[in-house]
Amino acid sequence: MNSHEQMWKELGLDVELHKELLKAIDKTFKQTVGAQKNRPASMEYFDHVLHESHGGRVAELIEARNKGGKFIGTFCIYVPDEIAMAADAIPVALCGGTQFSIPYGERMFPRAICPLIKSTFGLALSKTCPYGPIKDLGVGETTCDAKKKAWDVVNFHVMEVPQKKSKLDFDLWYQAVVDFKNRVEELTGRKVEAKRLSETIKIMNEKRRALQRLNEFRKHDPPPISGLDALVVMQAALNDDPVRFTEHLNKLNDELEDRVKKGISPFKKGTKRVMISGCPSVMGNWKLHSLIEKSGAAVVIDETCTGTRYFENLVEDGSCDLNGQIKALADRYMKIDCACFSPNNERMESIEKIVDAYRVDGVVQYILQYCHGYNVEAIRVAGILKKRNIPNIKIETDYSEEDMGQLRTRIDAFLEQLR
Amino acid sequence: MEEGIIKRYTILDTGVEPLRNIQRLLNDQEYDRLTATGYGRYLAQTHLNCPVITEIKAYAAGADFLFPGCRTVLDIGGQDSKIIRVNNGKVEDFEMNDKCAAGTGRFLEVMATTLGYTIDEFSQLAAQSADTVAINSMCTVFAESEVVSLIARGEDRRSIALGLHQSILNRILALMGRVGFEEKIVFAGGVAKNRCMIHLLERKLGKRMLIPEEPQIVGAVGAALTAYHSQDSPITLNHRGVHVSRGRVRKERSE
Repeated sequence: MNSHEQMWKELGLDVELHKELLKAIDKTFKQTVGAQKNRPASMEYFDHVLHESHGGRVAELIEARNKGGKFIGTFCIYVPDEIAMAADAIPVALCGGTQFSIPYGERMFPRAICPLIKSTFGLALSKTCPYGPIKDLGVGETTCDAKKKAWDVVNFHVMEVPQKKSKLDFDLWYQAVVDFKNRVEELTGRKVEAKRLSETIKIMNEKRRALQRLNEFRKHDPPPISGLDALVVMQAALNDDPVRFTEHLNKLNDELEDRVKKGISPFKKGTKRVMISGCPSVMGNWKLHSLIEKSGAAVVIDETCTGTRYFENLVEDGSCDLNGQIKALADRYMKIDCACFSPNNERMESIEKIVDAYRVDGVVQYILQYCHGYNVEAIRVAGILKKRNIPNIKIETDYSEEDMGQLRTRIDAFLEQLR
Repeated sequence: MEEGIIKRYTILDTGVEPLRNIQRLLNDQEYDRLTATGYGRYLAQTHLNCPVITEIKAYAAGADFLFPGCRTVLDIGGQDSKIIRVNNGKVEDFEMNDKCAAGTGRFLEVMATTLGYTIDEFSQLAAQSADTVAINSMCTVFAESEVVSLIARGEDRRSIALGLHQSILNRILALMGRVGFEEKIVFAGGVAKNRCMIHLLERKLGKRMLIPEEPQIVGAVGAALTAYHSQDSPITLNHRGVHVSRGRVRKERSE
């Protein structure tokens, strides 16, 4: 990560501790992402986004705020960026993926909650998160109990994500989207208008289309890009300006198209194809992808919040009036098949389609420790995979290194089964 | 091994310098093929330039060699415990405890020390106990303080020892419940030397456990067999496996 010491000082960060954090993340990055061979040249930009996530990106947000803009921190892919952007706010996802801050998170929060929450709040509590001090609004949601109650502690705006999919639930979610719009308008003092909203819907749809195209290339044997690099792109997607991001992703996609034609890949043809399914891997967390690919398989698709759940389904904006647009937005976001829903048949159907489309040889169900939703839903997922004779293994783990030996053995043995 | 026959084996503590121990074992030894398994497999690979397999695959192959047609392998070792479903020596499915020493041989070792027993006394006295005390903690650290409180309350040490064995049994039964099991069941790993554990398992499952003469070399046997079968047209071969894991370096080789 690049240094912006003066800015960090002004933001009131613990500059020394922050240096240690960056050093720790840098080390993990070098051992995982940096240690890969035969990466696409266009990955340089996405590496750069991650390296500047505590530097250049923060400086950019400060500049926007000085010009009257507002910055919204989000923590889940249910928050409709389109609406925030249409009111001239800048939404950035702020989830923590580093072990470094977890001990600080555990000073306030219970140990038995997921590492993502502990890491996120640990960054704030240890004064090593440069986004906290400049955040004008935090937006949370109700996808799990630990998050739901954490927002209560820090007084965030909470969007109520329903738990079922009846008419009542759709109405509730629609209202949550409207309330979010009102809250953002109140924050920025600007009304969300149909014309601007149709522009931001287009921006986000373009971003999703580019991500969909990237993932289309992963269907090839061998895929022209590693799963770890595809994850880096996703992590950048959650942090970067969407227009700039899409521009660079289109360049990467063109390079990948060329690599497919020329047969360039980090993998040999016939490399076993693995799907990671379940919980997200946010910035700082490259553990599982790296382990699987170091053991000789290719991660060809992520059925996670940092994967298909983020970019599947465009907003189908066929109307030019605001109500119609908000309805279209609510419908699109309600299609995200988070394990907080019960029943969650849509996710089962989606998994069946994905394993076919990506010709998956085996599935690693990735459960962040204490994520009860995905952990219990893993039983149903295992059931549908078993019916199709696709081996699957459930890995429940946190961000720490302490279980690397056991994990490596389990993953190696799982991959031996695929041979 | 030579032509699929075990010629010699050595069991040695891994110690803090596993690499030096492996080198000592392999010094002046002739061999055609070598395969490493266990937690230290990549360490061995880096220095000996040999292929590696997981101990899960190794145990499946080794158990099927020692007890042909076996369908389930239960391995309770120092670092972890696992259940492997086997078919023709191949892994069908497996379950393994996640990150800590709960439910492993290490747990029993620590608890024996806490009770002031050697590991042999520990299993013998537990087996003799008529009563048992329930141990609630599966975590090695928490269980240790639970045991200390039980001693302070004046509970019979033998009953506590039996309770500790039963807590491992419960953990193993949970793993077996997840992956299922079928006869023949081979019980391997260091804990398969524990008579009390064998007795408890057989009584609870109502099945007989097949125990290798030397339960600690099953992984090394599997590694050696994998080496033997790794290429076409096997000629006369000396082949050996090295199993590097917590507690022991296991090696078996031909003369």
